[in-house]
Amino acid sequence: MEHVIIIGNGIAGVTAARHIRKLSDKQITIISKESDHFFSRTALMYIYMGHMKYEHTKPYEDHFWAKNRLELLRDTVLSVNTDTRELQLEKGTVLTYDQLILATGSRPNAFGWPGQNAKGVQGLYSLQDLELLEENTKHTRHAVIVGGGLIGIELAEMLRTRHMDVTMLVREKDFWGGVLPPKEAQLVGRHIREHHIDLRLETELEEILTDEHNQVKAVKTKSGEDISCGFVGLTVGVHPNIGFLQNSPIETDRGILVNRALETNVPGVYAIGDCAQQREAIGERKPVEQVWYTGRMMGETVAQTICGNRMEYAPGPWFNSAKFFDIEYQTYGWVWAKPKENEASLYWEHEDGKKCLRLVYDKDSMRFLGLNAFGLRLRHELCDAWLKKEASIDHVIEALPSANFDPEFYQKHEQDIMRQFSKNLKTAAA
Amino acid sequence: MSEVKKNMALTGEPPAALSAGQKGATALGMLGLGVLLLAVFNVHFPNKGLWLSLSLCTMVAGIIWFAQVTYAGKPSGIKNDGVWFKSISSRGLWAWFFALFITGFYVVLYFFPQYLGLVKDGENTGIIALFDPLSKALSGNPASQWFVYGTLYTIAIFAFGIKFIWKYRHNRYEVIRTVSVMFFQTAFAFIIPELMARLNSESWSLPYYDLKNIWPLNYYNFEQYRIDSFISAGTVGTALLIFGILSIFVITPVLTYKYGKRWYCSWVCGCGGLAETAGDPFRQLSDKSVRAWKIERWMVHSVVVFVTIMTTAVVHSYLGEDSGKYWLTRSTFLVGVAAVLTLVFVWAVVFKRDKLQKDARYGAIGFFVVIMTLIGIHLFSGTQQVFLLEAEKLRSSYGFLIGAVFSGVIGVGFYPLMGSRVWCRFGCPMAAILGFQQKLFSKFKISTNGGQCISCGNCSTYCEMGIDVRAYAQKGQNIVRSSCVGCGICSAVCPRGVLKLENDSHKGRVDESPVLLGNADNLLDLLKK
Repeated sequence: MEHVIIIGNGIAGVTAARHIRKLSDKQITIISKESDHFFSRTALMYIYMGHMKYEHTKPYEDHFWAKNRLELLRDTVLSVNTDTRELQLEKGTVLTYDQLILATGSRPNAFGWPGQNAKGVQGLYSLQDLELLEENTKHTRHAVIVGGGLIGIELAEMLRTRHMDVTMLVREKDFWGGVLPPKEAQLVGRHIREHHIDLRLETELEEILTDEHNQVKAVKTKSGEDISCGFVGLTVGVHPNIGFLQNSPIETDRGILVNRALETNVPGVYAIGDCAQQREAIGERKPVEQVWYTGRMMGETVAQTICGNRMEYAPGPWFNSAKFFDIEYQTYGWVWAKPKENEASLYWEHEDGKKCLRLVYDKDSMRFLGLNAFGLRLRHELCDAWLKKEASIDHVIEALPSANFDPEFYQKHEQDIMRQFSKNLKTAAA
Repeated sequence: MSEVKKNMALTGEPPAALSAGQKGATALGMLGLGVLLLAVFNVHFPNKGLWLSLSLCTMVAGIIWFAQVTYAGKPSGIKNDGVWFKSISSRGLWAWFFALFITGFYVVLYFFPQYLGLVKDGENTGIIALFDPLSKALSGNPASQWFVYGTLYTIAIFAFGIKFIWKYRHNRYEVIRTVSVMFFQTAFAFIIPELMARLNSESWSLPYYDLKNIWPLNYYNFEQYRIDSFISAGTVGTALLIFGILSIFVITPVLTYKYGKRWYCSWVCGCGGLAETAGDPFRQLSDKSVRAWKIERWMVHSVVVFVTIMTTAVVHSYLGEDSGKYWLTRSTFLVGVAAVLTLVFVWAVVFKRDKLQKDARYGAIGFFVVIMTLIGIHLFSGTQQVFLLEAEKLRSSYGFLIGAVFSGVIGVGFYPLMGSRVWCRFGCPMAAILGFQQKLFSKFKISTNGGQCISCGNCSTYCEMGIDVRAYAQKGQNIVRSSCVGCGICSAVCPRGVLKLENDSHKGRVDESPVLLGNADNLLDLLKK
């Protein structure tokens, strides 16, 4: 029987395993150094905040794995020998595979700042990071978070629930300004401050200052200011976790290089999820996609290939979502921080300053290109259909009410939005 | 520099401890409760009306103050910080104390009301005496243990309802739903029946009737003393009796068809009302395992069978052989019951079998055969005892086991250990029947949103009915479950806008081949298979 080994039990690896099991009888082994069972990485923050316990973050009950003949191994892969198709594990075992799926995820970035290895300085990605955070913040009164992205704001929310004063250093002019257009970025910025976070925009980290026990005591910014703190969270992005492949013939760049079918240069070895890097970017997508959804989608795809139906990773329209403290965010299609040459957009914001909607369209063809929604829930299925069918902006505006996915009895804003957008469109045309 | 931290601690800490305001509010509420406790121990209060008002008002004020301190100053949004750190909401020591306290209260209430001061044919003493002035003001009669209980129950729903509304003020579904349960409890369960009692006279007396209580939740509705008093009360009584029957066969199925069982369980019902308000801090304690779900199905449906047999036996026991006293005769009644059961059974098992779990199908067949055999034996053997069992024994054991121990002692007493819906989930025959209707022909469902689920588990964790919502959401499948009471919290706590409760068309309500959006269409087609 063919033996498929999957390194990594995150969403990518587990999705692949589940779908291979659905399609075949192959022997499947999942190796993880992080946890005995699959848990939802995106839910780590809720454990720290006391919304859930670790057990609640496990999407499947523990009996699921044996029942579906998915062997789980808690170990670290030290090296891969692609000639003999063997894996050397830390606990001494050597495993032989027929097909190998690398789904090893990411590690937090740190850009060589002085003091970045001090006690009380860390990133947030893994279960172990969470345990460390618990330890590191036990006696913290003031924390500094470096980086204004999705993990940064999550970490800020987490620390605030424990009554720490939090300062956020953000390089851009606005929070997540590299991704969000200024209006949306400012909306989030206001909300961050509403939660009593000291948000420092256009502020960069120079170095981390430590005391005689190598414990962090302050950070110094590029403008020369010292901010004293007992904890520093580094949330300046993540990079593929591929260190163990150093001496293998598997080609890597920032991530493990794969073709469209998620195959590496070595036959029988695949890479999916955060750790994979497309040799050529797909459409507007980044070559390395570090999102829950893309990990899942690559898992679904590679399972087909492994089970004899070779398939290219061909993701549909881009989508993503997040929650910034109390404000939910959904995006469908492409909305750039800076509009491209041919793009124009319509923007509506509610008077409470916590809800907004931006529709982006092509100025020439009037085609709908994407949207950002804050504080509004929209139907994925409809937005997806609009993008696939290349619907016109007029059509989208008209169909907006049917895309509403807010809970019942919520105040509806579509009439407002439609009125304003139709007017704006006419003005733009004139 | 933003400075929020107000206490003197030098470090960050998990949000488990109470703030000064919360402590004050708790103390105030406890003060009110203290008066009641003193009354239990027969401390004499000179002006009962004043002391009772004082006690009830301080309890309400304490709860509202607590809510204000907890939620008012913060931006609106989900407020579950520290739920699993606090002893009371995570099965810690306080939870066990609290469970013991409520359980004890229910045991005394149901089985030893004399310790609360109930005196038959004489002046009440203790806590019941404290409630006499209020009871006399409402119905004209002295208080009973049930009046004390009803008052405290209503006050709990009212005060904790305000707390709940504060907590979920950003969510209009939750706000409106909570106003609804507060209204139905106060008006229908508390004030109207008390005022109805005022209309009673020597010749004319209505039974105590909470109009929103429908059989089999009020399993006693068709007992002889009630039927007799309905009939004795002329048109009004007959109308109420007809209303009681219509509620079962018409109002309930129609409303459940349109809105799902939530119209009752989380909008109207008193048990649901308490669970959603006072019980809200415990909703996360329900067991989500598949094993628990299996136990639930067997238990709750067994109760339905039990209550059906019991009610049939009881009604049968007082009906005559001819239509002298009652219009209905014994055999017509039994044949009628058999006919209704057969109709429902044939419809469900023959036409809707694909929507039933396998064990539900077997169970239904088993129960149906048993009941039919019993009815058959009776009709053809001519014994006086229905089902060879004494109706009175059935009635009293149902009242003891289900009516008192399950719905009261365990149902509420175990809030801090097994969550707020233990009774609704494992024991309530009304919920089971509504659930059966919801599963098989309602328009209600919880839709999932494309591919947006991140499997975080908030929905499952905060489902008070122990439904593993995530199991469906992470497959992209709509949630159509008989146990769902439509409280809407899964949708509220979802950080990615994945869940929406809605009354939609039947088409596509049950996803036979769910799929998560994201990949190219050709792969999605393969995944659907």
